[in-house]
Amino acid sequence: MHRRDFLAASGLALGSGVLPTFLGRAIAAEELVSTIDVAVKKRLADAALNAARSAGASYCDVRVGRYLRQFVITREKNVENVVSTESTGVGVRVIADGAWGFSASNEMTVDAVANAAKLATAIAKANAKSQTAPVQLAPTPGVGEVSWRTPVKKNAMAVPLKEKVDLLLGVNAAATDAGASFVNSILFLVNEQKYFASSDGSYIDQDVHRIWAPLTVTAIDKATGKFRTREGLSAPMGMGFEYLDGAASGKFVSPNGVVNYGLSYDMKEDAIAAAKQAQAKLKAPTVKPGKYDLVLDPSHTWLTIHESVGHPLELDRVLGYEANYAGTSFVTLDKVKQRFQYGSPEVSIVADKTQYGSLGAVGYDDEGVKTKKWDLIRDGKLVDLEAIRDQAHIIGKSASDGCCYADNWANVQFQRMPNVSLEAGKKKQSVADMIAGVENGIYIIGDGSFSIDQQRYNAQFGGQLFYEIKNGKITQQIEDVAYQIRTPEFWNACVGVCDASDYRMGGSFFDGKGQPSQVSTVSHGSSTARFNGINVINTARSLG
Amino acid sequence: MSILTEEQARAILTKVVALSKADECTAQLTGSIDGNIRFALNNISTSGVITNSDLAVQVAFGKRVGTATINQFDDASLERAVRRAEDLARLAPENPEFVPAVAKQVYKPSPTFSAATAAIDPEYRAKVAGDSITACKAEKLIAAGFLQDGQSYVAFANSKGNFGYQRASSMDYTCTVRSEDGRGSGWVGRSLQDSSAFSASTDIRTGIRKASASVDARALEPGKYTVILEPAAAAGLISFMMNFFDARQADEGRSFLSKKGGGNKVGEQVYDPRVNFTADPWAPGAAVMPWDEEGLPREAMPIIKDGKIVNLNYSRYWAQKQGKRAVGSPGNLLMAGGTKSTADLIRGTERGILVSRTWYIRMVDPQTVLLTGLTRDGTFYIENGEIKYPVKNFRFNESPVIMLNNIDELGKPVRVAGDESSLVMMIPPMKLRDFTFTSLSDAV
Repeated sequence: MHRRDFLAASGLALGSGVLPTFLGRAIAAEELVSTIDVAVKKRLADAALNAARSAGASYCDVRVGRYLRQFVITREKNVENVVSTESTGVGVRVIADGAWGFSASNEMTVDAVANAAKLATAIAKANAKSQTAPVQLAPTPGVGEVSWRTPVKKNAMAVPLKEKVDLLLGVNAAATDAGASFVNSILFLVNEQKYFASSDGSYIDQDVHRIWAPLTVTAIDKATGKFRTREGLSAPMGMGFEYLDGAASGKFVSPNGVVNYGLSYDMKEDAIAAAKQAQAKLKAPTVKPGKYDLVLDPSHTWLTIHESVGHPLELDRVLGYEANYAGTSFVTLDKVKQRFQYGSPEVSIVADKTQYGSLGAVGYDDEGVKTKKWDLIRDGKLVDLEAIRDQAHIIGKSASDGCCYADNWANVQFQRMPNVSLEAGKKKQSVADMIAGVENGIYIIGDGSFSIDQQRYNAQFGGQLFYEIKNGKITQQIEDVAYQIRTPEFWNACVGVCDASDYRMGGSFFDGKGQPSQVSTVSHGSSTARFNGINVINTARSLG
Repeated sequence: MSILTEEQARAILTKVVALSKADECTAQLTGSIDGNIRFALNNISTSGVITNSDLAVQVAFGKRVGTATINQFDDASLERAVRRAEDLARLAPENPEFVPAVAKQVYKPSPTFSAATAAIDPEYRAKVAGDSITACKAEKLIAAGFLQDGQSYVAFANSKGNFGYQRASSMDYTCTVRSEDGRGSGWVGRSLQDSSAFSASTDIRTGIRKASASVDARALEPGKYTVILEPAAAAGLISFMMNFFDARQADEGRSFLSKKGGGNKVGEQVYDPRVNFTADPWAPGAAVMPWDEEGLPREAMPIIKDGKIVNLNYSRYWAQKQGKRAVGSPGNLLMAGGTKSTADLIRGTERGILVSRTWYIRMVDPQTVLLTGLTRDGTFYIENGEIKYPVKNFRFNESPVIMLNNIDELGKPVRVAGDESSLVMMIPPMKLRDFTFTSLSDAV
C-alpha cells in the first residue's frame, strides 16, 4: 500500500497532544553530519551476540541504528516548519529452539544490549512452544568487517539550512510569478546509519542517503469555483543534494515540450511549468470515456509497476502472511512453476537492489545478505518472486534474494519489495517514434490517484498531465482521465517499450506493509511504454 | 517510568518551563505502553510490547520557534533539552504565521481511560489469537488477524500557566478469515476504549459466517445499485471527506466547501437533511482528549446539522486572520442515525448489495471528493429482504458528498476505527441509492 500522505505516515500529523510528535528526537542540524564510531557499534554488537549465544540462541543478528531525518516545509513566502530528528537504538533478533525472537532498546550500553539479546532469546523459546515447523534459514556467508555508502556527491545533511530555505522560497516565488494561486514545496532528507552484525561472522557498516523534493502548485478560477493542482515531476532518489543541481543531462523533453527528469532535477523550472500547466488544466476539455492506447511516461508508470507487479510478487503475500492488512496475491507458487504469461513478450521486469540512484540500493540487506539483481518476469513469463532468508526454501532457492528491511532499529526486519523495474526496449525507439504510431490514444505524465484490490487484480490510476493523441500527433491537453486495468490483461496489452535512452525512475518514500505497519522506500524504472486498448473512465462529477 | 501520575508530570513540566529564558515555553510529556499480537495461517506470527516516553520542549523568541525532544528526565537532561530548543529557535527563520502559546485554560476531563484495557497482558493477547484461530480451524477456515492495545498519558504546561493531564486507553481487533481454497473471505473488526465488552470468540463468528457465505460469488454487471454499507465500509469514505473540512482550504478556493466567487459554504445545504455530524470529546464510548494538537479546548459542537454545514476547522492563525473564535479541532466524529441494525436494513430492502468492508480508498478528484476504492471480505446480493448470494467484489467511483444526498435510511451508529484515519468515529450502517460501481474485481 503506497501511503497517500507522508505527513501522516511520518507522524508529523499524528498525536493528541500539544506539540507535534516526530520520528525520534529533534536535534540541531549540525548533529546530522556526525556518525557513531564503528568500534563502539562493534562492541555493542559483540555484547548482544555473546549474550544470545550464552542464552542458548542458535543464530543472532544485531542492528545498531542511527536514523536521521530533516524536513523543510514551505508554502508561498513562508517557511512553515524546519525539523531535524534522530532515532538511535539497537534491535536484536535471534533463533532459539527453532523460533524467532526479537527485542530492541534505545539504551546504547553493553548491558542494555545484552539484556535485549537475553529477552529476545526468552521470547523465541516461548514462541517455539506453539511453532509448527522450525525456522529454516538459507545460508549466507559471513563477510567480516565491511562498509558501504550511497555514492552521494554532496551530503544533503551537510548543506546549510539557509541554502535549502532559499531554494524552496525561490521555487515558490517562481511558481507564483508564473501564475500559481498557491504553491507548497518541501525538502525531505533521510540518512540511515546502519550497523549489522550476525553470528555468521558479518560486521557491516552502511551509510544510506535519500532525498525527496515534492512540490504542489494550485491554480484557482474564483468565478467558476474550479481548482486544479499539478504535482512536481521529481522522484524521491537514493542520492545526495546533487540531485537538485538541475543538470541538462537529467532533462528529458517530451515531443510536446513537457520536461521530465532523470538523475537530476530542476525544481524551479518544474515549478514554473507546473504553474502554467495547472492553469491549462482549468480550461482543458474533459475526456470521452472508452478504449484508448495509452503512452505512459516513466514518471507515471513507476506506480503501476509498484502496485501491479512489485506487490503481487512478494512471497509473504503469496503465502498469506499479509492477509489481514496489505492482502494476499493473485500470484501463486503454481503460477511461478508454470511460467505464467504475466505480460506480452515486450515485458521483462527485474528486481535490483544495487541500482545507482535508486531508493532501495544498499550493499547488504537488513539480514546481512549481499544485494543483487534478478529476473522476475522474462519476455512476459513469470520466472521468480521476492524472498528472504527464512522463505528461500519454500520456493526451492538455496539463498535469499537480499530484500529484507526494517524501517527502524526498534522494528523487526521482514521481506520488503526491492526496486522492481521494467527493462528498456531492445529496439531503438524514441517517445516521438512511439506516439507517431498511435491512432487514438492518451499520453500520461506524472502519477496521480491510485488504488488496487487486495489480490492485485483490479487497479485504477490517474496522472498529472493528460494529452490526447490522434493519428500519430499530440493534439491537446485533456482532463478527468483515469484508467482501469486487470493486471495480467494490462501487461499483456504492452506493445512496446522505448529504448534505454528514455529510461528513468520514480519511487515512493512510504510503501506501507505489516502490522504494526512499517514503511519502506522503493524505486521503479522504465522507459516510456505503450499499452493498447485500455479502459479509460471520465472522473468529472457535479455536486449540483 | 512510561506512565507518570499527574503529580510526577506536573513536577517535571514546572521545572522545564522555569528553566527557559525564551519569550515563551511549552513543554509536553507523553508516555505509552503498547502491546500487540499478530497471527496468520492459523499460527501466531509476532507479538511484542513497546514502551515509550518523551519530553518535547518548544520555545519562541518573537516569531522564531525551536523544538527539542528527549527521553531522559534527570535535571541535566531537562536543562539540555531547553537550551537545545532555545538554540534552534535563535537560528530559525521567522514564522509570519506564528501564534503565541495558548493562554491558561480549564479542561473538563473526558472518560478516555479504561483500567480493563490497560490491564491487557501477553496471556490475554495470546487467548484472543487462540480463540480466533481455534474457531476458524474448527470450520476448516484460515485466520489472519491483529490485536493492538495500549495505554498512554499526555501532560503539558506552558509559561502562561496552562496545564493539562489525562490518561487514555484503546484496543483494536481485526481478523480476516479465508476459506482453505481461497474462494471465500470474511472480516471482522472491533474498536473499543474499554475491553471488558470484548469477546474474540463471539466476534470471530461474524468473520467465519462471511467467509463461508462468500464462496462461489457471482458476477453482477457494474453500474448504479442500492447498497447497504456496514459502518466499517462507510467510515473509510466519510473520514476521507472530513480531511477537507478545513476553513483555510475552503476560503482559499481549493475545497469542495469553497463557494463560487469566494468564501466557504458554511450555512449551505450540502447534504440530505437527515445528515447530522457532531464532535463531542465527552461522548460515551467514543471519548477523546478534551484538547486538540495545539492545546485548544475541544467543545461539543455540530459540524453538519440537518444537511447544512455548521462548523469548519480553523487553525488558530486562520481564525485570528478571519476574525473567528478558534475552537479545538475535533478528535471524534459522531454521525447520527436511527435505531435499526444492519440486519434490520437488509430485511427492509427489496433489491440491493451489502458491502461489509471497503479498501484502498484514494482521492480521484478533490473538486468533488470523488473517491475510488473496492469492496472486500463479504459482498452480497440482497433480494426481498434476504441475502440471496455472494457477489464478486466491485471497484467504486463515488463521492461521499453525492452518497450522502442519496440516503434511503440510516441505522444505529457503532464505534469504528478508520483504516487510515485517527478520528474516533460513530457511524451508522446506511442504505443508499445509486451507489456507483465502475468495474468488477476478481480478488477474494
